[in-house]
Amino acid sequence: MNPEETTSKIIRVSGPLVQADNMRDAKMYEVVRVSSEKLLGEIIELNGDIASIQVYEETAGIGPGEIVVRTGKTMSAMLAPGLLESIYDGIQRPLKLIESESGDHFIARGIEVAGIDLKKKWEFKPLAQKGDVVSEGNFLGEVQETTLIAHKIMVPPGISGTVKEIKTGEFTVKETVAVIETKDGEEKEIQMLQYWPIRRPRPVKNKIFPDQPMVTGVRTIDTLFPIAKGGAGCIPGPFGAGKTVTQQSIAKYCDAEVIVYIGCGERGNEMTEVLDEFPKLIDPNTGEPLMKRTVLIANTSNMPVAAREASVYTGITIAEYYRDMGYSVALMADSTSRWAEAMREISGRMEEMPGEEGYPAYLSSRTAEFYERAGRANLLGSEKRIGALTVIGAVSPPGGDLSEPVSQATLRVTKCFWGLDGALAYKKHFPSINWLTSYSLYVENFKDYWTNNIAPDFAQNRALTMNILQEESKLMEIVRLVGMEALSNEEKLTLEIARSIREDYLFQNAFDKDDAYTPPQIQYGILKSILTVYKEGKAVVSKEDFNFNEFKKLETVKNLQTLKNKKDPEEFKSFQDKAHEEISSLCVGTSAD
Amino acid sequence: MQKEYKTVESISGPLLVVTGIEGVKYDELVEVEVPGENTPRIGKVLDISKDKAIVQMFSPTTGVQTHNTKVRFRGETFKLGVSKDMLGRVFSGGGKVLDGGPEIIPEKKLDIAGAPINPYSREFPNDFIQTGISSIDVMNTLVRGQKLPIFSGAGLPHNRLAAQIARQAKVTTGEDFAIVFATMGVTFEEAEYFKKEIEKTGAMSRSVLFMNIAADPVVERITTPRLALTAAEYLAFEHDMHVLVILTDMTNYAEALREVSSARKEVPGRRGYPGYLYTDFATLYERAGRVKGKKGTITQIPILTMPDDDKTHPIPDLTGYITEGQFIVSRDLNTRGLFPPVDVQGSLSRLWSAGVGEGKTREDHAQIKDQLFASYAQGKEARELAVVLGESSLDDSDRAHLKFADEFEKQFINQGETTERAIEESLDLGWKLLKMLPRGTLKRIKPEMIEKYLKS
Repeated sequence: MNPEETTSKIIRVSGPLVQADNMRDAKMYEVVRVSSEKLLGEIIELNGDIASIQVYEETAGIGPGEIVVRTGKTMSAMLAPGLLESIYDGIQRPLKLIESESGDHFIARGIEVAGIDLKKKWEFKPLAQKGDVVSEGNFLGEVQETTLIAHKIMVPPGISGTVKEIKTGEFTVKETVAVIETKDGEEKEIQMLQYWPIRRPRPVKNKIFPDQPMVTGVRTIDTLFPIAKGGAGCIPGPFGAGKTVTQQSIAKYCDAEVIVYIGCGERGNEMTEVLDEFPKLIDPNTGEPLMKRTVLIANTSNMPVAAREASVYTGITIAEYYRDMGYSVALMADSTSRWAEAMREISGRMEEMPGEEGYPAYLSSRTAEFYERAGRANLLGSEKRIGALTVIGAVSPPGGDLSEPVSQATLRVTKCFWGLDGALAYKKHFPSINWLTSYSLYVENFKDYWTNNIAPDFAQNRALTMNILQEESKLMEIVRLVGMEALSNEEKLTLEIARSIREDYLFQNAFDKDDAYTPPQIQYGILKSILTVYKEGKAVVSKEDFNFNEFKKLETVKNLQTLKNKKDPEEFKSFQDKAHEEISSLCVGTSAD
Repeated sequence: MQKEYKTVESISGPLLVVTGIEGVKYDELVEVEVPGENTPRIGKVLDISKDKAIVQMFSPTTGVQTHNTKVRFRGETFKLGVSKDMLGRVFSGGGKVLDGGPEIIPEKKLDIAGAPINPYSREFPNDFIQTGISSIDVMNTLVRGQKLPIFSGAGLPHNRLAAQIARQAKVTTGEDFAIVFATMGVTFEEAEYFKKEIEKTGAMSRSVLFMNIAADPVVERITTPRLALTAAEYLAFEHDMHVLVILTDMTNYAEALREVSSARKEVPGRRGYPGYLYTDFATLYERAGRVKGKKGTITQIPILTMPDDDKTHPIPDLTGYITEGQFIVSRDLNTRGLFPPVDVQGSLSRLWSAGVGEGKTREDHAQIKDQLFASYAQGKEARELAVVLGESSLDDSDRAHLKFADEFEKQFINQGETTERAIEESLDLGWKLLKMLPRGTLKRIKPEMIEKYLKS
């Protein structure tokens, strides 16, 4: 039966949830058009011939008796050249086109716009030849999508055979660029445009162990709590702790090749800021504007709740698509708590039995499914290719309390935990990643990488730094009880160095263009210099009758704060030499007394 | 076509259930005629199934009967008739004229629910608003188009702070500006205080007031901020005005929402508030901003009282996740008699960096702000240490910071209710205070800036 001919009628409206009857033939997650306004919706429950539909647009003015039209398709993302530099709402409608269709700065209802420009012609360069035997995932050709990214046109999943025809030249995404003859002799026409259902992960050959760090330029992250290319991380924190700033600085400076940034139920002005800033900012890894590698999805908090639920799936499907081309992709979702709340709202309206705090019982399984779409993988296709998808989700726990369901569900499935600390933010220490509670389970994976690419003692320095910081927190307890004077010189040195690590290394100003990004080599240089002072100092201060103030007065110690302004690895060397010289002279000086 | 029914099945709290209906739409406006009353009561459709509608009343259901009550579905959503003549007028929380003046002749009727602003059409707020209050202008800069709530507690002078901001707020360019002021469930005195403050400064002719006081119907409070924002959007985007919207008190608003939710027997989220509290708040707060191609802007200052000064309570918590920062009124500073008692450290303006710097305030602004924050924090830490161990146990640097923190509070924060400081004055005061500290501790300021400003 043609879905268009069905006579489904609305029987109930409750906010974003609409129920319709006569839906016996409908599929789960099928897309429908509700009422004569053609509001976009998706079937999320079938019960007899009644379907529950979550509607992606405002439902005011809709009532029982109005028609519901099925489209026969499940909710899918449009995948083709033209994704990069776009800004979409949660269901992949370009916000720019919505603006011109609405004719106003408000989002009007029932607007149908394609996610991809269907008229634009792209220069298609074939990579396969006539007669090649290809299978799903193989490259047929490529399109230079932006100056940074060559967009590979792949054989869609489920198709394999012999290339019967392949074209060269300019085509729109809907024009046929190749014909593949399958084993059964069937001829399949291939266009650049593909559809993929957003709730189903795109297939890969097999996942592999992530052993390369994704460099973000954020010192706390790269040195102390690194994340892998293909890893999953989460940033929980109370409001004002800097989740969004941290997410944005990762999106700006990390060395992934493609970025998908999802503003899920967050502030409108924040998205505007990203829109303003990304085209102007230059990627330190390539020297091109950041926007050229970015796809933005903006479903702000006041936009319809159901579209917010869909936005993370739309985003991750696009991210997987670029991963399939062999790129390393990073996806930021800010904030997954809003996504969970959207689920809770729909679940509540469907009168499902709630789990904890009103969230649906499937909250943790959905969360796990989402983060499991991250990973490093051998990709489909007969060429050997590896792609990686890193997923970083912000979590907004109510009151900063991590025992709540969304945080807990997320912590179980992510391996990097950057715990933002309200108390640090209160002291304006940014990024406010708490070095005592945060962790990264990838550290062991990276040891070889660090040794080969940065320095053999990188991992040791990192471990020593962590020790000093741990030690500091213990010592501070003592200081709080009995005062500084009760400490030995060695302990005072630990405090002094820990302070320097915090203020001169971990503290990083994301708004200062010189400070916002520190390459790994420089990170190593700064940290090593601080630790040199520590190691050299340790030998000296433990001497009897040593006056610790002498140590504090040293030029080297005073100059620790200037380390982060140095840009040349040589400068660190000379700093370390000077430190050695000065501190050992102190040794001579005191022993001469 | 208007449909009229006499089939009220049940009444519970603010909700009516009407059966046997046909062709009724979601969110539609409803008039309920109670026998023996002249004016109908107003409500809206909250949930609708085949032959049954749940109607949420904006006025109390006292005296409504299941028999003989006439329910009329108006076939349209709740709209506010707007006009430029609303300036200088006072309305009830439900939009009725309160000041005894003539009815407004609407130029337009606008849906009070508003529509989401397309993020693509937004323009990033970047004009500095000078409030004349140092702790705000220097430390937590307010920007035109921002939404920045005041988090307060019972018994704290948030009203006086809000009034001072409203009184002194200046857009340096001297363009048209207006105040839209809405009260939700505040006491009569509080509402009167604001009205008088606005009148005192002669700003009344540029203001629109929506008053729902504690004695007014609870459910009406859900409508009040939406009316105010609809009026604000009209003035900003159709008449190019810079509108400052003050909403007080959001806590009462959230409580009204909870009342309706529990009457509907919805599954509650935290502390009995509905799970969609965040989304609902967002539909209000996100109506602040600037849009491309329009001169006007909407700046929002919602006020809320934190139950038991608890920032993690759902109301301040969810608000904080949506708004671009917050001003926190400090009970400690207030007890010590400092005014305005803005908790400099706890407060935050997320958009500050867009409003400061050369050409907006002054080149040294960002750095001196960072330094003042850091030094003040260190001073407060030293103060804590001194309490435990005695001042003698502090080293020189800590002692200097302790003194700095005291003076910072005494001079910088405590400026009084009537003092208005230009931004340059506030910045210079900051430099003056920084002189109390050893040069070596000024790590957040680049040496060139110290050379230039610390000497003068």
